[in-house]
Order: sequence, then structure tokens, then C-alpha cells
Amino acid sequence: MTPLLEAKHVSKHYGANTALSDLSMSIDTSKPAITAVVGESGSGKTTLARIILGLVPPSEGQVLYQGQDMARLSGTERRQFRRDVQAVFQDPYEVYNPFYRVDHVLTTPVRNFNLASSRAEGRTMIENALRAVGLRPEEILGRYPHQLSGGQRQRIMVARAVLMKPKLIVADEPVSMVDASLRATILTSLRKLTDEMGISIIYITHDLATAYQVSDNILVMYRACVAEAGAVERVVKHPQHPYTQLLISSIPQVSTTRDWLDDEGDQKTAATPSAHGCRFVDRCPVAMPKCSTTLPPLYRTEPARAAACFQHEASPTLPNGALNEVLTPTPS
Amino acid sequence: MNAILKVEGLKVEFDHPLGAVKAVDDVSFALQPGERLGLAGESGSGKSTMALSLLRMIKPPGRITAGRVSLDGTELSALDHEAMRHLRLAGIAMVPQGSMNSLNPVIRIKAQFADAFRDHGLKLSSAELDARVAELLRTVGLRPHVADLYPHELSGGMKQRACIAIAICLRPKVIIADEPTSALDVVVQRQVMETLARVQRDLGCAIILVGHDMGLMAQFVDRLGVMYAGRLVELAPIAEIITRPRHPYTQALISSLPSLEKRGAMQGIPGLAPLLRDLPPGCAFHPRCPRAEARCTTEKPAVREVAPNQQAACHFA
Ligand SMILES: Nc1ncnc2c1ncn2[C@@H]1O[C@H](COP(=O)(O)OP(=O)(O)OP(=O)(O)O)[C@@H](O)[C@H]1O
Ligand SMILES: Nc1ncnc2c1ncn2[C@@H]1O[C@H](COP(=O)(O)OP(=O)(O)OP(=O)(O)O)[C@@H](O)[C@H]1O
Ligand code: SF4
Ligand code: SF4
Ligand SMILES: [Mg+2]
Ligand SMILES: [Mg+2]
Repeated sequence: MTPLLEAKHVSKHYGANTALSDLSMSIDTSKPAITAVVGESGSGKTTLARIILGLVPPSEGQVLYQGQDMARLSGTERRQFRRDVQAVFQDPYEVYNPFYRVDHVLTTPVRNFNLASSRAEGRTMIENALRAVGLRPEEILGRYPHQLSGGQRQRIMVARAVLMKPKLIVADEPVSMVDASLRATILTSLRKLTDEMGISIIYITHDLATAYQVSDNILVMYRACVAEAGAVERVVKHPQHPYTQLLISSIPQVSTTRDWLDDEGDQKTAATPSAHGCRFVDRCPVAMPKCSTTLPPLYRTEPARAAACFQHEASPTLPNGALNEVLTPTPS
Repeated sequence: MNAILKVEGLKVEFDHPLGAVKAVDDVSFALQPGERLGLAGESGSGKSTMALSLLRMIKPPGRITAGRVSLDGTELSALDHEAMRHLRLAGIAMVPQGSMNSLNPVIRIKAQFADAFRDHGLKLSSAELDARVAELLRTVGLRPHVADLYPHELSGGMKQRACIAIAICLRPKVIIADEPTSALDVVVQRQVMETLARVQRDLGCAIILVGHDMGLMAQFVDRLGVMYAGRLVELAPIAEIITRPRHPYTQALISSLPSLEKRGAMQGIPGLAPLLRDLPPGCAFHPRCPRAEARCTTEKPAVREVAPNQQAACHFA
């Protein structure tokens, strides 16, 4: 079956800066799953989301929507795409028009895509979607964006995506501004969408604990590249790439043992990365000579995971473009 | 010891046609010099509003309806406009929630620093400015060339770090940071918090950290205040909050934390946060509270000392 969406060897350059380097992945609606994308700030996660959403064109490579090049969709196809693929943006401030009440972001899609057969039905749908993200419709509707807290604005965007019942939701930091209890509530309801309605979700986050809880697969990004990818259980519990190891060991623990700040774990952040070798070589505690001259490919260390690190070169390489082979829904 | 910041009976309301929204309801606390105080609690419970009201930065239809705030013995409501403006970077500096979005999009990072310096009467030569900016950027883990970039050329994380650097540029006595690291990866988070810790040691200032990340709180703050529906429902040393939370809301919040040990164990507190313009009678948490009794539906619990150095607003804490 043709995947819903397919990114083929996409790269994005901003001047001399590479924001995303040769990434391929696809979203197959016959295998709905939640894929977490985590990694360094500035590693290209939002860039990947924007390319998948067709908001920025890739510098190289292409994105296919149902087999068609996104850059050449007809009006009808584009409209279908906007229905099938929903975004929750990282920055909840950017999306709102300050002159419209927040109702606008919810009623517009209901109207444009004829989601409801009557006004009353539309209203009920909106209210249910708001409650699913822990918001009281009577408190939220009628307000302007600046009259809401950060987390309330963020949750309205999630409610909007849920309302549309798309095939794919690309959620960029959807719950970074809400408390732990609400994160659990919202992510649990997103998980339900995947399990019960077959909606796939790309969940971009810095919160590794919720990524671990809610996702099937995880993609760890470092400086525009995939450092490690695979089943979330394996990657989080037994990270194989030194960057993933650093990341996991840097999670601040809810504990009375305070060892987070004194940790000498990461010191060499000011060094310039090598132009040809491994992107992590300037910070890697186990770097080898070849690491500064050669870029490590992804090695498939297990059926459902791969790591881009020469420590694993005994394993077969995962051909570039075959990332999806290690990203599979958790067998249930 | 004399508190550096003292807040007494602070109330903030937003006028609303259907009734006033009580976003901050009778909040009191004292911040000791050099202390790190965390503020957590439900989304929409009034944390950011409280932080902004400390600097009298509440915009209409919001207003401070009661309470006193004093910094180092000076009552802030007595200050004129000009004195208040100066106080806003040199006395209490604020890194607002989502401040990375408030960077001016059409000017370079260096110029944003220059504006902050100029606003506060600091005259620097161009070489001094360059050196100062490079140093501030370095302390937050950014490379010097960032000074010459526009905000849109930075990732979210880089912008947030630039904002922290701007906030600390005039060596304030109190830094209020509203979710400063929620947009950053944990490795960079740690660098930023180490930076804040270092700045704090150097300046001897106190920090109020607003945020939802309990791990970060556990690792960074001395005491934690927990807000629910506009009230500070618990305030205690962080170790007590983690191991022996007294208020049922705090208890529920702590037990909803996601685990890295076992998958599929995530659960939020059932029910919705109350409507702030029409709070339930008695304790605002009673419709969701597993320990609620008849008394809770009629009688509002006062904030009281439940253990040495630990206060909570619950009849049974
Ligand atoms: N419009 C733009 N112009 C120039 N550079 C950009 C632009 N957008 C992003 N970049 C650069 O591309 C890189 C990747 O940015 P991106 O926003 O994708 O990172 P991210 O992984 O989402 O980071 P974060 O975790 O901080 O949100 C960064 O170095 C950033 O500075
Ligand atoms: N201008 C306004 N008019 C009416 N209500 C407002 C206004 N600004 C904020 N509020 C309400 O005041 C309450 C407190 O908001 P605040 O931003 O302080 O919450 P918060 O605790 O910081 O939440 P978050 O964790 O989501 O950032 C919210 O319920 C919000 O909807
Ligand atoms: S390839 Fe070399 S430098 Fe890169 S992560 Fe592996 S060991 Fe470290
Ligand atoms: S006062 Fe009653 S309802 Fe409120 S938190 Fe305590 S037990 Fe629960
Ligand atoms: Mg991003
Ligand atoms: Mg806030």
C-alpha cells in the first residue's frame, strides 16, 4: 500500500547551516503508531516536522503524499492533505491571531471541512475535544489568546488536532507547558486515538519520560542527523549511541538525591564539531581515530533498532532510507 | 534572617463580564536571600500571573486587588513608574514564559542586549558591548557568533538561552524564571540550570523558578510552592514535597509523574480544574479530592503550619 506520507532523503540547509541531513521515513496508516522524536535543541526536529507538513520545502529530497510529490499537489489533493495531516505547533503563541477569539481556531476547521451536520453538533464536538484535553469549554470559549495561560493555549491546539480526526498528527512539543497530571491525561487520550482510531502520531518532545510512556518508537536526533532509532523500550532502557546515553543520564530525577547539577557528564560543548566525521566526536567519551574523519552510518544492532556509531560496526548497516524497518508498532 | 522578597495577601483578578477571574487568591510567602524557590501546580492555576504581579506587570483587565510586595525592605507599590522600570532588570529580573517569542524579530541578538543595557542607563563602547555580549552568551552555552544572528535563525532552545542571558545582564537580586527550560533538551537544561546556579552564587541573588518539571525542581530548588486555583496550597522544603506531600493535590500531582521504569503506568488526576470565576464553595479542590469530607464543601481551608517549615491549605493535611 502507498504510505500516507513519505519523506525521501530530505535535507534542509539554511545558508551554511544544515538543519536536517538526508532523512527518510514514512507514515503507513495500516500500521498506526506513535513515534517520538527527541534530541538536542536545534537538532532539526521542528525542521523535520515543517518539511513533513509541507510548510517548508526541503533543500534536497522530496516528500510524497499518497505517492504524489507534495510540491505538485492539485487543489483537491492539497485540501485532502490538510484534512489528513494535522499539526500541533511547538509555539502556541505563533498560531493564534490576537484579534480573534480562540473559538475561531476551532470553528474554522469544523466549517471548512464540514465536520458537523449542524451548528449544535459542531458546538458539541468542540466542547468534547476541549474536555478531552482537560479544558472547560465555558471557561475557554469566548476568550482572546492573551487571556489564556501558556498551557491552556497549547491544549487548544491539541484539541483542534483531535477534532479533525486526521490520519496523522504531527505534534511538536504539545505539552511542554502543562503539568504532569495534565500531560498524562492528554497523552493518554492521544494514545487512545492511535489505538482506537488508527491515527498515527509524531510526538516531538524533550520529555523523555512521557516519550517512553506513550510511544512505540523513538528517533533520537543530534545535529541534523539520526543518532539512534528503534523500539522505545530498548532505546530508553539500553541506549547504544553515546549521545543517547548522555541524554538519558541527564534526565533530572524526582529524588532527594541531588546529583544532577554537580555531574561532570558534559563539558566539551564549546568545541567545534568535525566537518566530515561523527557529529558527536567532539563530546564523545569513547571516540576512536576514524570517528573524526568518517561519518558513521546507522548500524542495525537489533531487529528493531539502529545506532549511528562505529562502536557497533560489527552489525550490518541499515541502508539510508530504510529507517522504517526499525520503526514498528509495539506488538500488543 | 531578613527576607529579600516578602509577599503578603496578594490577590490578582481579571475582570470578566460573567464575574471576576480570581487568578491569584491571597498568596503569601517570604523568599530568603540566596534561596531557590520553586513554583509548580496545575496549568492555569495562576503561577505566571503571580510572577508578573510581583513586578506589577499585570495588564488590564487584570489588576492587583490586594496585598503587599516588598523587595529588600522597599514596598513596591510605593515606587513611581521610573523606579519600577529600573527595578525590573536590576532588582527583580524576569525571564517570562515563552520569552523567546518576545524577542524582537527584526533586530539582531546583540542589539537586543544593547537595548536592555540602554534602557537601564548603561553606556558601553562598541568594544565593551561586544565583549559583554560574548561573555553573557558564553555563560548560557551559546557561541559568540549568535550575537550577529536574528531570532528566527535560532532554534527555540537557543532563543530561550539568549533571553536568560538578557535577564541576568544587570545582576539582579531576584531572578524570576518562568519555565525557562521547558523548550530545551535535558543536556542543555542542565547547562542552563548550572548557569543559573553559577550566576546566583556570583550575584548572591535569589531565584523563583516557575515550572512543571518535578525532576528539575527536585534537583534545583530549596523549597517548593504548589498552586491550585489561584492559591498556594502547599509550601515546604522540596524533600518534604517529594517524600511526604501533605496536601491531597500535591499528593495527586506527585503520583501522576511518569516513570522511566515501567511503561503504560501514566494517569492524570481525574476531573477538570475549577472555573476560576465561579469557584466551588469550601475547598476548591473538593470535587476532585479523594479525601474530601462534608466540611470541605462548605468551609474554605486556611493556610496553616502542618509541620515545622511546611504549610498547607487543607483541613486534614
Ligand atoms: N528559518 C530559519 N532560518 C535559519 N535557520 C533556521 C531556521 N529555522 C531553523 N533554523 C536552524 O536550523 C537548526 C534546526 O532547528 P530546529 O528548529 O529544527 O531545531 P529543533 O530540533 O526543533 O530544536 P528545539 O528542540 O530547540 O525546538 C537550528 O540550528 C536553527 O538555528
Ligand atoms: N487577561 C485575562 N483575562 C481573563 N483571564 C485571564 C487573563 N489572563 C490570564 N487569565 C486566567 O488566569 C488564570 C491564571 O493564568 P496563568 O497564566 O497565571 O496560569 P499559569 O499557572 O501560569 O498556567 P500555565 O502553567 O499553563 O502557564 C488562567 O486560568 C487564565 O485563563
Ligand atoms: S562514532 Fe565514534 S565519536 Fe561517534 S558516537 Fe560513536 S564512538 Fe563516539
Ligand atoms: S480541604 Fe478537603 S477537599 Fe480540600 S484538599 Fe483537604 S481534604 Fe481535600
Ligand atoms: Mg523545535
Ligand atoms: Mg504560566
